[in-house]
Amino acid sequence: MNTVIDMQGVGFAYGLQPVLQGIDLQVPKGEFLAVVGPNAGGKSTLLKVLLGQLQPQCGCVRVLGAAPRKARRAIGYVPQYPNFSRDFPISVGEVVALGALGHSGTRCGMQTCIYRALQEVEAVDLADRPIGSLSGGQLQRVLLARGLVTEPEILILDEPTANIDQRAEWDIFERLKRLNRRMTLIVVSHDIAFISAYVDRVACLNRTLICHATSAIDSTVIHQLYGDHVHAVAHVH
Amino acid sequence: MFTEFVTAVVEHGFLQAALLGGLLASIACGLLGSLVVVNRIAFLAGGIAHSVLAGMGAAHYFDFSPLLGALAAALAAALLIGWTRLRYAVHEDTLIGAFWAVGMAVGLLFISKTPGYSSDLMSYLFGNILLIPAQSLWLMVAVDLVLMLLIGVFYRQFLAISFDREHAALRGVPVTLFYLLMLCLVALTVVLVIQVVGLILVIALLTLPSATAGHYVHSLRQMMLLSVLLGSGFTTAGLALSFGPDLPAGPTIIVLAGAVYLLSTVIRAWVLKARAAKAVSASLPVNS
Repeated sequence: MNTVIDMQGVGFAYGLQPVLQGIDLQVPKGEFLAVVGPNAGGKSTLLKVLLGQLQPQCGCVRVLGAAPRKARRAIGYVPQYPNFSRDFPISVGEVVALGALGHSGTRCGMQTCIYRALQEVEAVDLADRPIGSLSGGQLQRVLLARGLVTEPEILILDEPTANIDQRAEWDIFERLKRLNRRMTLIVVSHDIAFISAYVDRVACLNRTLICHATSAIDSTVIHQLYGDHVHAVAHVH
Repeated sequence: MFTEFVTAVVEHGFLQAALLGGLLASIACGLLGSLVVVNRIAFLAGGIAHSVLAGMGAAHYFDFSPLLGALAAALAAALLIGWTRLRYAVHEDTLIGAFWAVGMAVGLLFISKTPGYSSDLMSYLFGNILLIPAQSLWLMVAVDLVLMLLIGVFYRQFLAISFDREHAALRGVPVTLFYLLMLCLVALTVVLVIQVVGLILVIALLTLPSATAGHYVHSLRQMMLLSVLLGSGFTTAGLALSFGPDLPAGPTIIVLAGAVYLLSTVIRAWVLKARAAKAVSASLPVNS
């Protein structure tokens, strides 16, 4: 089976407001896919449908050949905003351990997985720190480790670079590029220019979805997506 | 004064029972109070506590055990409030406020229609630890055991839903089930603590030891342990302090817990400030 995500004719509306319409998306195994689009374009909704948190009103979604809710355990998810309060009494190690909840395995095997996940994001030395003492970039790495701890087949990241600076952004994408050797990656981002250097394919979402090979991203596409008020800066990677 | 209290405890069975009741209540308060504090549901727990009066009033009117009435009302309130919270999160505060007041109103209506009864009302509202019956102590032991067992077995699940509900759901934790279970355990704790400080003051004993513990710990497990210790200290010391000048024990315990919490807050703020100042001065370049 080479298609890990298969969406056909998916439509979703909050009340009377359609957010997704006629979405067709096939993601082959091992792809690095970026989903870009303007605010309120439906990016978060698309992720929620993929994660089984929202049930689309029409169309069909299969993740790893099953309904999204069934496939949850094979998916790692890194949210845009931490959904918790920073003063919660919990250590980095415990947060990462919660990522493995529901996975069978011995306690010792778990410790190894946690260590490996922290090592992957270069955060082993943070393991005993309380979560509230981390900087934005460190927290981002820890959330990535939480998503990685079960070695998921698909890793989904929502705006992984929204709260960090340029240098850390580069760092995160280099890391993701490495991870892409062993898992399928889906990254939601608003930063189309930056991301196109790293990913295989860009899906532009503004209620409807259009996919582009990365090489085809030019000003016409950007204008279609964001309207006319985009200032493009020419730069070479 | 304390030696006087100690001799009195040795002499009087009712003081031993009171002391034991305080300790048993502290165990429940430490475990569930920590969950209440990290979930920020003190107001919700207050709603459960106050609607208990409906059950106690009904028990008196229909002449069955007030404890049973309190248990039934607390569990019903926990499930109703929990369900409305998960379903209609937007109007949460209004709904909890409604449960809070309507529960008390129903209780007062029952009590006003029960002939020849009114004296127990004060002890329901403000507690009377000195009159705690042996049967209540056994019930407290049983409830403590149930709480310790459930929290011990499902610690990771409770931690997960308290820390990040959305993520817990993605990891396959039945969030609604565990959330409602947690509220039912809060309800059990509330009924148990009402024996000691009454339903008006319950919320303080439930949250103050855990909130104080939160100043010094970095994990939920440590928070639970430390708040059990703090709660035991507050109930024992409160009982001792109230004994000499013949003060009501419940309010004395609460005032003590509140004072320690405030003091701890001030000291912590001061320590953090001092530490920050030290960190800044230490990193200054040295002038040669």
